[in-house]
Amino acid sequence: MRIPILRIGRILLASIQVEMSDADALRFQSDVVQKISEIEALGIAIDITSLEVVDSYMARVINDTATMARLLGAEVVVCGIQPYVAMTLVEMGRDLIGANCVFDLEQALQRLRERIAARGDADLDTGS
Amino acid sequence: MSTASHGRLDTQLCIAESMDVVRARADARQLASMIGFSPADQTRLATAVSELSRNILQYAGKGHCEMRDISTNDTLGIQILFEDNGPGIPDISLAIQDGYSTGGGLGAGLPGTKRLMDKFSIESRPGLTRVNIAMVRRRA
Repeated sequence: MRIPILRIGRILLASIQVEMSDADALRFQSDVVQKISEIEALGIAIDITSLEVVDSYMARVINDTATMARLLGAEVVVCGIQPYVAMTLVEMGRDLIGANCVFDLEQALQRLRERIAARGDADLDTGS
Repeated sequence: MSTASHGRLDTQLCIAESMDVVRARADARQLASMIGFSPADQTRLATAVSELSRNILQYAGKGHCEMRDISTNDTLGIQILFEDNGPGIPDISLAIQDGYSTGGGLGAGLPGTKRLMDKFSIESRPGLTRVNIAMVRRRA
């Protein structure tokens, strides 16, 4: 199952709508990195509203993906962590999700725009 | 047979590939929901099952799990046994320490799972590893 990665100007949007296997998660990670580099994306929002289970492996893939995106120069915001998922992650221990998180996609896009504007090095709306 | 098998056997699953981990956590959630566990507990259980079935895949290649409804008149209960014939866990006390991993993971899987569950036991020797977990709640 491939997770579609949508493009809005130079922002990318990935919404995980299905339960992912580990193999799916790794493919998603490589798709994200590739897409960011391909369009020199300024930011990416990763929506995990539909993930009902985020275990230590999935948390690691999400964290690693966020770090990779940042290394390429893109801002990253994760949104939509389910309340029970948040409880479980904290109970399991430590900071399993280190990425910047917000409630929903709307806030994610807003946060990305703010952070990109604060950088001041790129024009958001041109496709170049 | 398992050493601690009481209660009705509800689900038995083979774990041999990546999709089996997805299936195992979905089955665990469904059984927990049928038994009457809260959504928060369903998530804890599904997460624990995800960790342990992945461990089977990663360290033993294949194995199986058995899920049992162990509810009584006073309590809701679910017990899940994970069993494989892999190389075994050389040092169990090390394996359940935070941050320790031989498989390149975060080292949060086993200690995290232990914290999520009410009962957690491991017996392991070369050729046979059994992890038993259970969650028990007083009926409302």
